[in-house]
Amino acid sequence: MRKIYLLAAVLALTATACSRTPEKPVDPNQATQTGTGSDTAGLNNGSMGDAQGLAGDRTIPADRVVYFDYDVSDIRNDQRAILDAHGAYLNNNRNARTRLEGHADERGSREYNMALGERRAQAARSYLNILGVDSSRVDTLSYGEEKPAAAGHDDSSWQLNRRVEIDYSGNR
Amino acid sequence: MRHILFSLLGWLMLTAPAQAILTIDITQGVEGALPIAIVPFAWQATSAPPADSVSEIVSNDLARSGRFAPLPTQSLPQQPTEIGQIDFNTWRTVDSRYLVIGGVQPAGGGYVVRFQLFDVLRGEQIIGYSLPVESSALRRTAHRISDLIYEALTGEPGAFDSRIAYITAQGRGKSAVYRLQIADTDGAGGKTIVTSKEPLLSPTWSPDGARLAYVSLEGKRSAIYVQDIASGQRSQVAAWPGLNGAPAWSPDGSRLALSLSKDGNSEIYLLNLGNRNLQRLTQNPAIDTEPSWAPDGQSLVFTSDRGGQPQIYRMGLGGGTPQRLTYSGSYNASASFSPDASKLVMLNGNGGAYRIAVLDLVTNQTTVLTNTSMDESPSFAPNGSMVIYAVGRDLAAVSVDGRVRQRLAVEAGAEVREPAWSPRNR
Repeated sequence: MRKIYLLAAVLALTATACSRTPEKPVDPNQATQTGTGSDTAGLNNGSMGDAQGLAGDRTIPADRVVYFDYDVSDIRNDQRAILDAHGAYLNNNRNARTRLEGHADERGSREYNMALGERRAQAARSYLNILGVDSSRVDTLSYGEEKPAAAGHDDSSWQLNRRVEIDYSGNR
Repeated sequence: MRHILFSLLGWLMLTAPAQAILTIDITQGVEGALPIAIVPFAWQATSAPPADSVSEIVSNDLARSGRFAPLPTQSLPQQPTEIGQIDFNTWRTVDSRYLVIGGVQPAGGGYVVRFQLFDVLRGEQIIGYSLPVESSALRRTAHRISDLIYEALTGEPGAFDSRIAYITAQGRGKSAVYRLQIADTDGAGGKTIVTSKEPLLSPTWSPDGARLAYVSLEGKRSAIYVQDIASGQRSQVAAWPGLNGAPAWSPDGSRLALSLSKDGNSEIYLLNLGNRNLQRLTQNPAIDTEPSWAPDGQSLVFTSDRGGQPQIYRMGLGGGTPQRLTYSGSYNASASFSPDASKLVMLNGNGGAYRIAVLDLVTNQTTVLTNTSMDESPSFAPNGSMVIYAVGRDLAAVSVDGRVRQRLAVEAGAEVREPAWSPRNR
């Protein structure tokens, strides 16, 4: 019996990893879009109905990391649910503030990566704003490539480093 | 004999010595590096000699440039310390046309350092100096002598009498420590300028070499500081909401170009350090960052992804549409001018490899200088002939013609990044 649970756990982990971090070649159209101020580019596709459907909760959502594709700051479709949950939490806890910490993988210029991290954090803030969370309650901070989550020098580490972390430690 | 008076004020306050010490190895020298005989200098006193050997520092400097091959001390046929002791016939049998002799003696609270460079073939002195110096300036005098010899024999200014600034990072997470440090170009004399538990970035020297501007993420926000090296005093000059980054000194030291995201996204601004007036230069939804001044102070180059991926653009301070400069590779960033304004050094990305490249602004030719693949942060030496940069956890340097390569390693444990080569010491 234990073997089956173990197998299920491994499969579940694999499935989660696969859905969160697809191997995608850089889409030239996506790159061009970000060059023209596409903080809102990812927001017009797909439904936003999920946010309203979530029950308001007093518990900070457990999933606090949103991942991004290389050199872009668009909110990926498969990441929206994470932000939707935080939008619901913040709408139901009007005194709560959050800080969105943007990160980039290590490749290329450190200062450009600071700006990329900032743009990712701003994209997440814009998304929350559309959900009804006023931007005055949302701070942004970029760490660029300075605080990687994964220390390796390959795609599997880099995709874990392209992220925004949703932090509530500023609240009492 | 010419006399030069150096008045060296306390240009470096002794703060806590740095834990990390740089050691520099030549990994590739110039074929046909010039043989040169440097005889150990005389110590002309009965008291104990100073810890720093001037002739050894000079010998290491010249060797490290990759363009000179100092003879081993044990192969020197004689060890003269005065001109009258030199037997030129003997030296003509040795494979070195050039000979350096000298001596150090105590004087007042400091020293007098003298040296002479000879052309052995002609039996003539090329240059000779007698330098009175404060005791704290002995190392720096040795580097100054290296510059004089280098320039006399190559026709080009040396860059030995200058410094490098760099960031070290040790530990991870809650135990992470970041330091901004400076050192001589041979890695000695390391001093910590700033210590922080949060990242430090983008150190940059003021044109007079007396201050450093840098980005600090202390206090969970980004801010730009200007710090006086001698006194350790610093002031916060930019702490707007959002990103404050990429400071760059104007050639006259009165302004910083920098990148701020306070108006929606990363744009380039000019900050007057005197009256704190802020002027916005770019207006574009793209990321605009990493401004760098042309030596004449009339234009800037900067990194922008307005065309998709980061590329280098140039814009005049008087306004006008920025012009794209880079068309080689898919990613270009971190550009800065050579001191003579003829070239840009930059980070060039191509097929997943990030390398240091030089763009000749006259011929429009791009030359890739390195063959590693995760390089970043290139910085020109003040003589324009060497570029220092970061690769992996270390620093490295390469000559602009690609013939000389050096690896600079730090004592175990620390990662070194973001080197900035100072202007020539004053």
